[in-house]
Parts: sequence; structure tokens; C-alpha cells
Amino acid sequence: MANMAQTVQDERLKQEGLGARLMKRPELGAIAGVILVTAFFLITADSAMFTLSGIMNFMTPAAQLGILAIGAAMLMIGGEFDLSIGSMVAFAGLIFGASVVTFGLPLIVAIPLTMAVAAGLGAMNGMIVLRTGLPSFIVTLAFLFVLRGASLVGLKLASGGSTQLRGVRDAVQDDWLAPFFSGDAFGPIFVALAEIGLIDTFKNGTPKVPGIPVEILWFIALSLVATYVLLRTPQGNWVFASGGDRNAAANSGVPVRKVKISLFMVTAICAALVAIITVMDAGSTDARRGFMKEFEAIIAAVIGGCLLTGGYGSAIGAFFGAIIFGMVTIGLTYTDFDQDWFQIFLGGMLLIAVLFNNYIRKRVTGER
Amino acid sequence: MTQDTTFHHGDPQREAKPIIQMKNIEKHFGNIIALAGVSFDVRPGECHCLLGDNGAGKSTFIKTMSGVHQPTKGEITIDGKPMNFTSPRDAMEAGIATVFQDLAMIPLMSVTRNFFMGREPVKGRRPFRRMDVEKMNETAVEEMRKMGINLRGPDQAVGTLSGGERQTVAIARAVYFGARVLILDEPTSALGVRQTSNVLATIDRVRKQGVGVVFISHNVRHALAVGDRFTVLNRGQTLGTATRGDITPEELQDLMAGGQELAQLEGSLEGTV
Ligand SMILES: Nc1ncnc2c1ncn2[C@@H]1O[C@H](COP(=O)(O)OP(=O)(O)O)[C@@H](O)[C@H]1O
Ligand SMILES: [Mg+2]
Repeated sequence: MANMAQTVQDERLKQEGLGARLMKRPELGAIAGVILVTAFFLITADSAMFTLSGIMNFMTPAAQLGILAIGAAMLMIGGEFDLSIGSMVAFAGLIFGASVVTFGLPLIVAIPLTMAVAAGLGAMNGMIVLRTGLPSFIVTLAFLFVLRGASLVGLKLASGGSTQLRGVRDAVQDDWLAPFFSGDAFGPIFVALAEIGLIDTFKNGTPKVPGIPVEILWFIALSLVATYVLLRTPQGNWVFASGGDRNAAANSGVPVRKVKISLFMVTAICAALVAIITVMDAGSTDARRGFMKEFEAIIAAVIGGCLLTGGYGSAIGAFFGAIIFGMVTIGLTYTDFDQDWFQIFLGGMLLIAVLFNNYIRKRVTGER
Repeated sequence: MTQDTTFHHGDPQREAKPIIQMKNIEKHFGNIIALAGVSFDVRPGECHCLLGDNGAGKSTFIKTMSGVHQPTKGEITIDGKPMNFTSPRDAMEAGIATVFQDLAMIPLMSVTRNFFMGREPVKGRRPFRRMDVEKMNETAVEEMRKMGINLRGPDQAVGTLSGGERQTVAIARAVYFGARVLILDEPTSALGVRQTSNVLATIDRVRKQGVGVVFISHNVRHALAVGDRFTVLNRGQTLGTATRGDITPEELQDLMAGGQELAQLEGSLEGTV
């Protein structure tokens, strides 16, 4: 009895192969999806889709959605939803537009201000959810309408009756911070690559792709940071724990409230970042900005392996989920198919993803 | 009662000062009075058993001890100093680790992540401070091995473990973090004979290291096998604390069932209980 350490090998222990271990990764489905979609367009689409400029073409909308999807995925892993992020894009766009156009603020002030307002609203969402114990689904659905309405009313006030606020480009074009949030990065490298003939050029010698759109870089950077936080930091462990079982997490010393409120804030800041980037890109902002993006972001997160019940998922999965989105939206224009197949395709993807995730969850938890 | 003694018992530690003292704890949930003035203490190196029937308030009581509930009335002192736990984290920082009756495990997360949930070891400097994954994996596997369970791997999800194995993870975790006081809420209820004696041996081992153990059970035999003192709860009240040797198993069993009720039962069943 005194010797409790029994080092006998368990004879029922089966060696797990690489395949079986991969099957347990949440992002597996999304990676398979990317391969499938790529194969589909390689066969059906014009070869221009997979040239450098074609790739930038679908990666740009993928990145704009992906920044939202990374936030949505982290929040979903933490066990909550935010249906207001699409409206948050519009509202943050209004705050940002009004800051630079109406109040003439420099970006170094306008950007943090926009993000702070968004973070404050995110925290408010979170606090209402935690205080009342209502499902975040319903609380943020209310905010979906409130923020969309506030964007409309605010735009009319700021622009004197119109639902569009123009003049953002003029207001920010000389700002030193502008290159970090708009246009293309690494321009000189692309010119150099064009000169040695490595990438396609126009007749006058300028490269067809002037650089990497900044949103793609933000998207990649955010995906990496989110993955690192989730997998390698205590805070990441707390996110999984809070989403997996709130009580168990709290009883084990996880500061569940702080975790959830922070996640709502991060998600809102992601929406603000998308607003800043797209408003600067368009040069104006309007009340329809971000319309329906909340659903697309959640779909991308689900395709990426997030469970609707929380506690499971990955940021890398959401990254690939968003790329699938971009490829399908833009890719259809390179084919002979009617563009409106897009929605059917997405609905189908979502259904397959949910079924697949359900199967994976059962494998992980061992339930049958 | 000697036939129930499976483990060697240290001195009752009568002289040692209590680590934690709970004085006249009351806990009300709305108009339900779950605890109506319970006093209890734990000394270093002892196993203090908390006994009582279902619904007696045992879980509620240890939850106030581990910071999950705040007492409606009453005082908690640690080393004689008044303490006010506002969260389980506060209690953990005071060196109190708990195995809750529902285990507080997350099925979708790996054994390692569950083991260190809320108390992850870190390495590196800010802002690159990160979990020490290798240390976490090694520790989890090693601590589980000490409890007689060989994991398939540290990344095995807790959901794939059997009830008994899950309970063992929860106990191993609490033993690992239970610096001063280890609370076990019905740890043997889901276990087979061998795993039960493993748990009782574990209690004996940590007690010898000077940890104060609170062992909740409604099985008198399990309690008598390791307990140094016994406190019986009934309908939110203590029926007193007895020291090992001062009480017979029959008396303890009687107390648990609320005294005269069992006496009556015993009469009608002619001593089969
Ligand atoms: N959160 C709560 N809200 C309301 N009543 C509770 C709560 N927790 C426990 N109780 C009540 O307190 C009493 C004691 O429960 P508990 O401490 O779980 O008993 P035991 O662990 O001894 O079986 C029960 O009547 C139970 O219904
Ligand atoms: Mg109980």
C-alpha cells in the first residue's frame, strides 16, 4: 500500500498515429476546406485567380473579414457571442470619420479614440451579459440594432442630413500614421521584384501588384498573436476554461468575469480596426458599413472549428475560415457560375462544418 | 474500532494551533438556511472528517472555506488573523486547495490544462511571458503516476477519462497545490475499492507532510480509516466534534443519521444497519 506509484504500462494503451492526433486539432476542417476550395477553383476558375494579383484580390476581403473572425473566434472559445460586431464596424467608422473630418483630429488621437469607444461598448456588452446572466446572443442582438441605429442618426448629425460622411481621404492623406492603416506595404520591394522580372508588370514597368494591402498584414499578425495567446499563455488557458465550464473555471481560480469582459473588448477593438482600415480605404463612411459581417465572422469561426457551445476552437482555424470566405466570394467571379451561388455555398459549408465539429468534439471528449 | 484502522496515525496534534478556523458560520440562500452556525477548525498534520447525510450542508460549508461562497454570518481566521475570501483565488493564495464534489474539471480540455487551470506556471519575461508547457506536461504525468494512473499522454482530454480517473486528476491537482489545507468533498464516492484505498493512502501521505486535510464523506468506514477528528453536520448544524478513540463507529453512525431516528430504525431492522 505504501508504494502507490505503479509504473506498470497500461496494456490497453494504443500508440496514436499522426493521423489520429491531427484529427483532434480544431483547425483541421478549415484546412481541409481551403484545400477543397482551392482544388475547386483550380479546376473551374480562370487561371488569373491564382496569379499574384488574383491572390491579393481574394485575400483583401478575406483579411477584412478575418480580423473580425479572429475576435469572434476568441470570444466563442470563451463561451460568448457578439452579434453586434457588424454594427460596431459602422459605429466605429462613424466615430473615426467624425474624429478626422468633423473635428480634424490627427490619426494618433483618432485611432486610439475610436478603439477606446469600441472597447467601452464591448465592455458594456460583457457587463450586461455577466450581470444579468442572459445569453450573450440576445444582449448583443439588441446592440446590433442599437449601434446600427446610432450610426445612422450620428451620420446624419455629422454630415448634415446625409447617411454618408465624406472627406476622410483628404483629412488623413498626409498623416504619418496613415501608411500603417491604408494602402499597400512593401512597395519598394515589389518595384524591385518587378525590375528583375520576378513579378508581372504593366507596360510602363510598374508592378501590377503595388504591394501587400495592409489589412492582410494585420490579419496575419492578429492570427499569430491570437494563436500564441490561446496556446501558450495562462490567459489563453483561461479563455478555454471560461468557455468550457464557467463554474469549474471560477472554482479553479480563473478570473472568469475579467476574461469574458476582456474578450468582448478585444472583439469590439477588432471591429474598430476593420472600420478604420476600410473607412480610410474608401475615403468615406456610411451606415451600411459592416452589414451582416457579424454572421460572416461567426461562420468563419465555426468553419475554423469553434464550437457554438464554447470551450473549443482555434484562431488559425478562423484564419483559414476567413480565407475560404474570400476565395468563394471573389473566386466565383473568375468562373462561369452565377455569383449568387455564393450564399448557397456558404450555407452548405456552414452546415458541413457544424456537423464535422460535432463529430470532432465527440472524439475529443470520448462521448458517443 | 481498531479493526477499521488501516493506516498508521500520527499524534492527534492536540497542541498544534489551527491553520484555519471557522467560527459560527451561517449561510443563507434566499430564505433557505443551508448553514445555521457551524464551527470547525483544521490543524496541521491532521485529517478532520466532516460527516453528514445528503443535504446536511457539507458542500456548502467547504465552499465557504474555499472562497466560492461568502458566509452570511460568522468569522474565518487563518493563523488567528481574520480573513475575507472574495473568490476561490483568495483561498488558493492562502494555501487552501479543494477537490469539489463536481470536480471542477473541463472535459474538452487536456489533463495538463485542467491540472494547471488558474495556476499556470510561466517562464520568460514580459511581454513574452508564457506557460511553461514542458514543465506542465511533465508535472501532470508525474503527479498522475504517483496516484497510480498512467496517462496516454498529457494532452489527453479529461472527457475521455473514466469517472474514477477524473476524480484522481482532481485529487492529484489539489494535493499538488494544497500547500497548507487540502479539502476533499466526497472524493471516494465514485471510486472502486482499490482507488479508494489509494485516496485514503494519499490523505495519510499529505497529512504526514504537515498538511491539514478536510475529508468529507458519508461513509463512516472511510472516515474512520483515516480520520483524527470527526465533526458531524446535520441540517446545517454541528452535532459536535469527536476525537479518534473517544467515539465508537456505532456512535458516529448514530450521530450522522440524527441520533434517535437510526436508533428506531435499528430496532425495527434488528441491528442489520
Ligand atoms: N446555491 C444554492 N442555492 C440554494 N440552495 C442551496 C445552494 N447550495 C446548496 N443549497 C441547499 O443547501 C443545502 C445543503 O446542500 P449541500 O451543502 O450541497 O449538502 P451536502 O453536501 O451535505 O449533501 C441543501 O438543502 C441545498 O438544497
Ligand atoms: Mg455535497
